[in-house]
Amino acid sequence: MHNQTDTGPFQPASPEHIEKHRHVGLDVSETEVHGLSVALVGNPNVGKSLVFNYLSGMYVDVSNYPGTTVELIKGHYKAYDIHDTPGVYGISAFTAEEAVTRDIVLSADIVLNVVDAVHLERDLFLTQQLIDMGKKVAVILNFMDEVKTLGLRIDTKLLSSYLGVPVFETTATTRTGFDQLDDALLQARRGEQDSSLHHKLHTMLSVTGSEAEALLILEGDEATALRHGVATGHDRELLYIGRRNRVNIVINAVLSETNTRTRLATLFGRWAVNAWTGIPLLLLALYLIYLFVGKLVAQDVVSFTESTLGKNLWEPWIQGIVTRFISPSSWLGTILVGEFGVVTMTVTYLLFLLLPLVIAFYLSLAIMEDSGYLPRLATLVDRSLNSIGLNGAAVIPLILGFGCVTMATITTRLLGSEREKTIAAAILQFAIPCSAQLAVVAALLAGAGFGAILIYSITIFIVFVAVGTVLDRILPGATTPLLIDLPPMRLPRLDNVLRKTTYRTYFFMKEATPWFFAGALGVGILQVTGLLTVWQNLLAPLTTGWLQLPREASTAFVMGMVRRDFGAAGLYVLALKPHQVVVALVTITLFTPCIASLMVMLKERGWKEALMVWTGTWVVAFFVGGVLSQILI
Amino acid sequence: MKTIPIPLHQVKRGSRLIISEIPDGRAKAQLIRLGVVKGEFIRCLERLPGGTIVIQKHRQEIAIGVALARSILVTYAAPENPSKA
Ligand SMILES: Nc1nc2c(ncn2[C@@H]2O[C@H](COP(=O)(O)OP(=O)(O)OP(=O)(O)O)[C@@H](O)[C@H]2O)c(=O)[nH]1
Ligand SMILES: [Mg+2]
Repeated sequence: MHNQTDTGPFQPASPEHIEKHRHVGLDVSETEVHGLSVALVGNPNVGKSLVFNYLSGMYVDVSNYPGTTVELIKGHYKAYDIHDTPGVYGISAFTAEEAVTRDIVLSADIVLNVVDAVHLERDLFLTQQLIDMGKKVAVILNFMDEVKTLGLRIDTKLLSSYLGVPVFETTATTRTGFDQLDDALLQARRGEQDSSLHHKLHTMLSVTGSEAEALLILEGDEATALRHGVATGHDRELLYIGRRNRVNIVINAVLSETNTRTRLATLFGRWAVNAWTGIPLLLLALYLIYLFVGKLVAQDVVSFTESTLGKNLWEPWIQGIVTRFISPSSWLGTILVGEFGVVTMTVTYLLFLLLPLVIAFYLSLAIMEDSGYLPRLATLVDRSLNSIGLNGAAVIPLILGFGCVTMATITTRLLGSEREKTIAAAILQFAIPCSAQLAVVAALLAGAGFGAILIYSITIFIVFVAVGTVLDRILPGATTPLLIDLPPMRLPRLDNVLRKTTYRTYFFMKEATPWFFAGALGVGILQVTGLLTVWQNLLAPLTTGWLQLPREASTAFVMGMVRRDFGAAGLYVLALKPHQVVVALVTITLFTPCIASLMVMLKERGWKEALMVWTGTWVVAFFVGGVLSQILI
Repeated sequence: MKTIPIPLHQVKRGSRLIISEIPDGRAKAQLIRLGVVKGEFIRCLERLPGGTIVIQKHRQEIAIGVALARSILVTYAAPENPSKA
């Protein structure tokens, strides 16, 4: 759904804002101000994106799990080009995102190193590596609020003198200390390199001309070595251990613990990864989401918006206006206010059916993301996912898929191997219904009873497992083992949850709306030209014979090729028996991914995989739908 | 107190451990960055039925899949030393 340029998933909130920033206090010309490139670099989940949002005035997602940002995002602040980067534990190219971060670090003039003060043992390793690379660094010592509540004390002055670079204390969630960011940018400087490195670095320096690249080659970075036509070093482990020791010395000197308290949130986190308590907690979370999305919003709210606002108020009103000028039985009338009317059905679906449900889904997702629960869920289901060729980390893109499959496909980048990316992307395209689609599914299933919900869920789950199992069998290679750090559990912040929900809903609707109108227009045209009947007759053996649905159901499949949620919406107008509802919904859920999703597949996974998935969905959707129909009806 | 190294996926939940060996490779580099190296103390917070392990090093909790945990060797360390985990 979101655009795929290097400006990342979200466009600037307002271009004027950036313009304003760009010129604050500066009298120099445009060409001069576009010199300095700043990279926000840090471990995953340390608050880089919060700093980026503040500096650039843009919006990028902020969540409490490692790997929220998976691509480079560029913004502007005053004279600087600011880059938000995917979080990394060190500069190397073990994964694709690491390579992204490595490249921007190499080219950056200034590195703002965001550090989680609560996890100095982990974070300073990267800090020291950046310093060893000879970059100009300023450290943003973030999470100072949690440092206090946890009873830690950090001697910032001493830390700064050990590192040889300035250190600034901040709390990014409340923007405390952000007034020092200007100073940080001005004062960033080269720090204290590991003295044992000097000799080695200088030998390599004659080859590369840059210390940063020299170090990376010594640490075995292949891309950098290749660029300079030299062999990679074999000292990575030695250098890493040396750096680790140095960091431990620094920490022993600057960090002291005044008291240790176990917070309730920490306990929750422990329960979430325990087999006895974790599964009940997961069921509870799912039940709460069901109550909120499935009951409150899908039934109560939507029945009000869809029938009262949509069917009873909006549609008669707009029909009244349109038919004043155009006869409802004319072809234009049919297209505008007929069965698939562009201003009747389409508007009702978009605003009164989809919108409330999409908001509800994104709200639930945002709360899950910000609580820190997702990495724990990843741990809990790790072993089960192993059996379909994935590790626990895949749960994050899979869950995000329930928001928007397109966005989630991009997030598969955080997985450890190509093999896992392929499996996860395929599962997303085949078996994960996105929020908008689920919206319609929930609304339709609510009327068909609990049994229908059960059959639907089990069927989709079987396909989910089957797709994973088959791919696991046929793809070469092995699954990488899980290795993730679990961020602390935190109470989600209302402002962030609301902001994230608003942005995502906005972009989702912006993406979906043109397709819905175009789709409605297309179907309307097919209808008035009689082509719809031709198509219905063509597909009749499949729809009426094999799936045992009314022949009009094939209209939904035309619509489904544009967007699956639009296709599901097409089922809304049909009078179906409960069993037919299940068959139709299963088929449309498994049907072709929406066009935007296909585009992302093409880009992320290549045309071969995309094409295979697209045709595969046809086969699987009709096969599974048909089998189900033969059993049920 | 045992001193024979055992694979991490077999340790008792809640036990305090010393790392005695981590196999070479990317996972090792990643673990060094997270502060988990040979000779360090860690605690096993959780051992899930499939063998997925959650360990704690200082304030950091790390989840490790069974395939990796199997190849990391540890020994049991003396129980609880109140100031360090
Ligand atoms: N309490 C507290 N929470 C913070 C602070 N800074 C960031 N957070 C939270 O930490 C989480 C991560 O913030 P992000 O800005 O997404 O971190 P990031 O470094 O961009 O993460 P990745 O994109 O995954 O690498 C969010 O849930 C924030 O609300 C802070 O100073 N105090
Ligand atoms: Mg980020």
